[in-house]
This record gives sequence, C-alpha cells and structure tokens, in this order.
Amino acid sequence: MSSSISFTHNKYYSWCRNNLFSSWINGIITILSIYFIYEVSSFFLNWTIFEADFVNNFRGEKITDRTFCSKNIEPGQHGACWAIIIVRFHQFIYGFYPVEEAWRVNLVYGLLPFALVGIFFDNLPFRKYFIYFTFLFPFIGYFLLYGGAGLDVVGTSKWGGLLVTLFLGVTGILLAFPLSIILALGRRSKMPVIKTICIIFIEFIRGVPLITLLFTANVMLPLFLPEGVRPDNLLRALVAVTLFQSAYMAEAIRGGLQAIPKGQLEAAQSLGLTYWQSTRKIILPQALKISIPPIVNTCIGLFKDTSLVLIIGLFDLLGVGRAAVADIDWAKLHYEVYVFISLVFFIFCFGMSRYSLYLEKKLKTDNS
Amino acid sequence: MSNSFLRKLIFDEKIRSLVVQTLIIGIFALIIYLITQQTAYNLEKRGIGTGFGFLNMSAGYDISIRLIPYTSESTHFRAYLVGLINTLMISICGCFLATILGFLVGIIRLSSNWLFRNIAYVYVEFTRNVPVLLQIILYYTILLYLPKIKQALVLFDTFYITNRGIYSPSPIFKDGFSIVAWSFVIAIIFTIFLKKYFKKKQDQTGKQYPIFYVNSALIIFTPIIFYYIMGMPLDFDHPILKGFNFKGGMVVRPEFMGMLLGLSIYTAAFISETVRSGIMAVSKGQREASQALGLKNNLVLRLIVIPQALRVIIPPLTSQYLNLTKNSSLGIAIGYADLVHGFGGISLNQTGKAIEIMSMVMITYLTISLTISLFMNIYNKAVQFKGNA
Repeated sequence: MSSSISFTHNKYYSWCRNNLFSSWINGIITILSIYFIYEVSSFFLNWTIFEADFVNNFRGEKITDRTFCSKNIEPGQHGACWAIIIVRFHQFIYGFYPVEEAWRVNLVYGLLPFALVGIFFDNLPFRKYFIYFTFLFPFIGYFLLYGGAGLDVVGTSKWGGLLVTLFLGVTGILLAFPLSIILALGRRSKMPVIKTICIIFIEFIRGVPLITLLFTANVMLPLFLPEGVRPDNLLRALVAVTLFQSAYMAEAIRGGLQAIPKGQLEAAQSLGLTYWQSTRKIILPQALKISIPPIVNTCIGLFKDTSLVLIIGLFDLLGVGRAAVADIDWAKLHYEVYVFISLVFFIFCFGMSRYSLYLEKKLKTDNS
Repeated sequence: MSNSFLRKLIFDEKIRSLVVQTLIIGIFALIIYLITQQTAYNLEKRGIGTGFGFLNMSAGYDISIRLIPYTSESTHFRAYLVGLINTLMISICGCFLATILGFLVGIIRLSSNWLFRNIAYVYVEFTRNVPVLLQIILYYTILLYLPKIKQALVLFDTFYITNRGIYSPSPIFKDGFSIVAWSFVIAIIFTIFLKKYFKKKQDQTGKQYPIFYVNSALIIFTPIIFYYIMGMPLDFDHPILKGFNFKGGMVVRPEFMGMLLGLSIYTAAFISETVRSGIMAVSKGQREASQALGLKNNLVLRLIVIPQALRVIIPPLTSQYLNLTKNSSLGIAIGYADLVHGFGGISLNQTGKAIEIMSMVMITYLTISLTISLFMNIYNKAVQFKGNA
C-alpha cells in the first residue's frame, strides 16, 4: 500500500501521467507516436550509421567508386554510402580551390568567428576592436581568398562549395547592412523624393523572386556597363544577393525604428542635436537593438537562398552536390549527398535561429 | 549676400531639403541616362534589336505541363501565358496544401501530449532550416525513383503511380453536367442565406438550430440528386498502357508533384509557427470565460479562439503566401515549366531580348504579389476587431 503511494508521487511518474497519458485519447496518441518514432528513427539510424559504408565496404575494401558501395554489391541490404562525401570532401568545402592553397580558405574560416562575435554579443570585452575587425574582414578575406600581392591569384571560378555559400551569405549580409539602414531611414524621411525612391526600391525587390534578380544581374549587368568592365559571375550574384537582402533587412530595421517612442527624437532635438546626431546617437542604437532578432531571421532566409545561385551556374554547396551526383563514377547516390548538404545548412540555420531566440529572451528581460 | 545664401543653404531646413532632393533627382537622372546610353550602345554592337515584336514569333520549344493548348509552333506570348498559368496553378495548389498542413502542425504543436507536439517540433525545425530549393530537388529525386511505367503501382485499379507521373482517369462531361454543376453552386448560395436566416432566428428566440448538418446535407445531396435526375452525365476516360506510355486519362507530372511537395512542406513549417503564436496570443481568460459559460471544447475553439487568433495569423500568413508564390519560380531547377523556366529561360536564350523578357517576368510577379496582398488585406479588414462606434 505505502509503496504504491510513494510510486504515484514519483516525479517521473506524475510527469508521464500529465504529459503522456492524461486521457485515454492521449494514451493512444502516445503509443502511436512511440511507434512512429521507433519506425522512423530505426530506419534513419540504420540507413545513416549502422548499415552505412564510410571508408570501406562490408568486404573491407576501400571504396573508390560507386561499384564498391555495399548497397550496390548487395542491393536492398545496406544503408548509405558516405564514401562519396569523404572522397569529394575537398570539393564540398573549398570547391575547385587548389589543394596547396586551401590553408588560405581555412584561415578565412578561422577568422570568420572573430569577425562575427563582435556583432553577436554586446557584453564582450574589447567589443569595439572586434567591430573594427568585422568591417575590415571582407577586405582581408577577399585578399586571402583571391590572392595578389605575394599570394597566388585564385580566380572566383575556382571557388565553390561551402566557400561560395558562406562568401555570398556573409558578404551579402555585411554589405547589405549599411545599405539597409540608409533605406530604412530613407523610407521614414520627410523628403518626398527620398521616401518615394526608397519605397519603390524596397517594394520592388520584395515583390519579385530572388531568381529573377539573379537572372537580371547575370544577363543585364554586362549590358549596363561599359565594355571593359566585366564583373565575374560570383560578383554579379553578390550584387543581386546584396540588393535583395538590403530590402528585407530595411523592413526589419524599419520595424525597430517604428517602435522607438517619438519622445526620444523630440528629447534629442530639444537638446540641440541635429538629425544625424540624434539618429546616430539616440535612435539607431535603440532601434537596431530591438530589430536584431528579425534581422537574424532575414539572414537565415538569405543563407538558405544562396543555394539559388546554382541556377545561374555557380557551384555553391548544392551546386557541387548536384555535380557530384551527376558524376558517372558516383551516380545514383543522391540521397547521401542531399542529406549531407541538408545537415550543413541545418547546422548553420538552426544555430542562427537559436541565437535569435536567445536574443529575444534577453531583450524581454532587459525591458521589464 | 553670398554668405547669407550659403547660411540658408545649410541651416534652413526647407531650402536644404529642397536642394538635397533636387541633387538626388539629378544624380538619378544622370545614372539612368548613362545606363540607357550604354545599354543601347551594347545592344547595337551585339546586333540585338529592342521591342516586343518577338512575342508574335514562333517559340519553337515544347512545354509538357500545360493547361491551355500549346505546340512548339505557338508564339512566345503563348509560352508566356502557359508559364503564367503554371505559376498560378502551383502557387494556388501550394498555398492550399500548405495552409491545411500548417494549421494541422500548428495545432499539434499546442497539443498537451509531450511526444506528439515534439514530433511536430522536429518536423518544423528540420524543414524550415533547410533551403526550399534543396527540398524540391530531394522530393523530385524520390519521385523519380518510383517504379517505371511497365511496373506501375496500381491503386484501386484506377491510379497508376510511375516515375513519369501519377496517371488517373479524366472526367468527360456529357450534356446536362452543367446543370449538376449549377445545382451545386446554387446549393452553396442557398446555404449562405439559410445560415443567415437561422442565425437571425437564433438571435431572436435563443433556440439553436442544426445549421451545420442541414447545410452539409444540402451541399452534398443536391448535386447527387441532380446527377441521377440528369441520367449520370459523367464518364471517365481511363488511362491504358499502350507501348511505352499511357494513353488517355490525366497525369500529374513528377515535376509538379515535386514542386508541390517542396513548396507546401517548407511553407507549412512557417505557417504552423504563425498559427501557434496566433492561438497562444489569445489570452487564457477568453478560453476560461467561455468554458465557464458552458461552451463545449470544440465550440470554444470555433467561436472564441479561432476568430481572435485569425486576427494575429492573417498578416504573417499573407507574407507566407507571397513567399510561396515567389519560391514557385524555383521550378527551373527540376524542369517545372513555370514563368521563369519557359519564358524567362528558354525564350530569353532564343531571342536574346533580356530586358524585355526580364521586365515582363518581374512585372508579372509584382502584379501577382500585389494582388495577393490586396485580397489578404481585404480579408484581414473583415476579420479585424470592429470597435463599436
């Protein structure tokens, strides 16, 4: 008797009772859910890990092309053949970047966190210097990647994989940021000409798909410019991506600007500050702070959208993946490649969305 | 004199803003002038004329997915129309499916069952953090691994599932079917009036009427009765395997299915989040108060929670519809013949009229976007809280 009472008071028991078996319908749903999870996860785990090939197949041979994959030797018996990822790992991460120069890309990857940490965390010691570095980073990064002045030149046509994805994502965001502040301020400007131009620009960009902008940049930019000026494909895509991102970011910042009480601007003006002084010292710091979560959300969107550049013939992560499955030696390993690429995108985007949630929580406690 | 003018230029707000704006107009005009000059020069040098004359020329390529007649001899304008209809078709189907799936997942996310709601959570996180283009390509690949035509999966002896598409019987409407269709429309209109009438009566007498059951019966049975009265004016054309392909019937191509799955599964994840936050935004007191009044759980949801949640849901839902429509342009990656793929891709490559074609495509998307936001704004106004005057 007493033992059964102590059992019902068990923390885990009552949690299960409240959250899994609160009614008989819930009980059925729980059992069905467990069955569903078991089926899906056992299939997925078997396919990805337990029955999969990594370097060697089930006979212990090293996998050098698709005919060595266990699942091609014994159809229907084995899981994924990850050898395609391992063999082509260099391409996924660096594209066609020369192997002996890959340290330059690694250095840029290594510096990237230092460039971003200043924006992400406001209680960082020496934050000012990190921010300076953030603005220097695109130039340092470009110099390291492209070369010149002592380093061998590696043309952008050799860039690919994660490098192109990160290049477009990070550079697009960093370049779009100042532009979007100007657009957001311009949209709230009292000067009708500036206001109209900003509204038309923002609404136009937001009204058309990114792919049409990429096409336009790809096909029309060479038409607009004098003959000698011939931006390469990556740069054209970067122009489109930056303009696209700036319009979305501008709307996120506008939301922040609108949330600032009018009294702030009036107080600043009554102290004798000019428009630029009050904007820079009073309005923007507050507005940007509350608009960081929506800005991060647009950044997640952009990061995913960089995969569209494969349509105009650039080899981003997905583009390299498609090239990999088209390779006759490794044909028909679609799922391995797509699952791997999904995982890479998921890690970046999920990380960013967690960060955005963390910020939202932090801002909530700040204000109360 | 000049000193005071300069002073005014800098310190008088009105004059300063006038000067700045004139300057900006000037700079813009100059940039546009330079670009048009350069473009005209470049076009002339490449021997590309301008103008929309090419729209009447024969396109010379085929489009497999089409709702209106189209052959390779049809004009580029016809190709534009086919693409536009395909874009609209995938957008409408996608929005429809995404809304259903999104609402379902959003409600599951609020379930009191911990396991059930976390399955939905995993679905949401995994689909919205992976690019939609990748998902479209992935689902399309899965569809291509369906059995070949010769070994088609047969469902109920009518549907054939193959890697070339899902074949199903197509309806053939005989004389008199229009009467059945009209009876259906009239039944719907009638039920709307009936609902109003019953509501009025309920307001007056306080007595409840089984509106829902009466109306459902009306909508379902009226067309069925007319169908039999008119002597069953509907036939089906069954697909038959002839040689290497099916003849007759309808087919849903894997390109369409892949697009539909990719777009709706991706967008549903976002819609479910807006639905969840919308329902959570309805304060708990509302729910408790209606329960205290003795309303049953489904009535609480239908009469109290959902109408209020819709107010919060509609604006973000609109932007999800817009996103889906814009993402439908990704059909080019798997060969779905939408506006960007056919007209914006192949026609552009054939004629070289980049400026004309891209501006037509962009203006079309802008028009679609503006139309969607217009209609959603009207709907939004209808569901918003109406303050009593």
